Amino acid sequence: MAVKSLLARKDDLSITANQLIRLNSEPFSNGELESFRKKLEKQGLFPLKPTGLDVFQVNVGYMCNQVCSHCHVDAGPDRKEIMTTETMQICIDVLKESGAKTLDLTGGAPEMNPNFRWFVEEASKVGVEDFIVRSNLTIIRANKKYYDLPDFFKKHNIHVISSLPYYKRGKTDQQRGDGVFDKSIKALQTLNDVGYGVPGSDLKLDLVYNPSGAFLPGDQAAMERDFKEALKEDFDIDFHNLFAITNLPVSRFLEYLVASGNYEDYMYSLVEAYNPVAAEGVMCRNTISVSWDGYLFDCDFNQMLALPINAKGKHLKDFNLDDLNKRDITISQHCFGCTAGAGSSCQGTVV
Amino acid sequence: MSDIYYDPKDLRNFGKITEWQKELGEKFFDWYGAVFAEGALSAREKSLIAIAVAHSESCPYCIDAFSKDALQRGISKEEMMEAVHVAGAIKSGATMVHSVQMMNKVNKLSM
Repeated sequence: MAVKSLLARKDDLSITANQLIRLNSEPFSNGELESFRKKLEKQGLFPLKPTGLDVFQVNVGYMCNQVCSHCHVDAGPDRKEIMTTETMQICIDVLKESGAKTLDLTGGAPEMNPNFRWFVEEASKVGVEDFIVRSNLTIIRANKKYYDLPDFFKKHNIHVISSLPYYKRGKTDQQRGDGVFDKSIKALQTLNDVGYGVPGSDLKLDLVYNPSGAFLPGDQAAMERDFKEALKEDFDIDFHNLFAITNLPVSRFLEYLVASGNYEDYMYSLVEAYNPVAAEGVMCRNTISVSWDGYLFDCDFNQMLALPINAKGKHLKDFNLDDLNKRDITISQHCFGCTAGAGSSCQGTVV
Repeated sequence: MSDIYYDPKDLRNFGKITEWQKELGEKFFDWYGAVFAEGALSAREKSLIAIAVAHSESCPYCIDAFSKDALQRGISKEEMMEAVHVAGAIKSGATMVHSVQMMNKVNKLSM
């Protein structure tokens, strides 16, 4: 696990332009691998167009209690970007106007935003079909002030999606830091205690698996079976679905790939596993990502790469659904992460 | 051309063997894919068998490919190493069990 964010370490890759240079150099610049654009062109998908707005994803800030080595947000305790209540209010107004079915709060650890509970209370009044909070689990056990989060989530019928890299201690702590596994298990048990994840319960608890290294996730259904059996047998934990998510070569995962000498092989793996069907269903086609300061992006990855949205209104204040639905989605080579194998989105595979 | 044997990058070009014999190459890869699909044995079990055989065949490409495959399937390091021990035990056993033939021959030739 990294100790500080790339930003705090003043690492070259904390400058997003440097990440994009890396992503567009060899093996793409010398023609060894076809670009993402070329792949889309071959199947008539370029320029990539939206299919409508279903998911309104809001990144409420980059502050986090963990510094995971694979984090594409470069989140950590040293990140100070935090969404204000003013911006949150505009999010709620725009959400109503947009007609999106899903509100998806992410971060950092969204719960660390001091305005988080206010936001959840106000946003839940909009009445979206699916209100997701992406919780890293350990935050629930990080401080007494967070211990009641399971009850708070339950009160507002929040759909909790939590990351747990593996069902055994070793791989989890290797990716996320010592002690993360035990805290995550305790947090899952407290969520189960209030009814989350229990078979037949309406309180949805899904887990996210992402590989702890330079390899792609395996079959989602097989992984879900293994996770369910192991967590039930060892810790009496229940959950609903497992989402297998591919690590995208962005930010700290990109840093890891380059430093470990795995970058080129990883890009080959992604490109070789390109699936045209997954490309048709990529999440950016029905999603808008909002940054802590109210800017709009095609997805959370483009947000972290500072790749601006290709629409006139680039900020919540200038939100125009028609304009957004006509935009060309901004792409680069990191997009191969969402089209590999069965595809990858914030809700797992897409095929 | 690389001036070393077993360049790890050569694995990326495995699929190109069809360029020199399309029909047989394609049959081989179709069959290869079918072998590793879920069947009476799970894909996970087949991956562990592949790890074991990759070692007994001393195939560095296979070791690279199936170490990654095993990680992707969530197979633990302990399971992978035990599979290699199975390969090692069979290889050693194969050496040692031939000593019975040696003993038989020596006994037959001796007065």
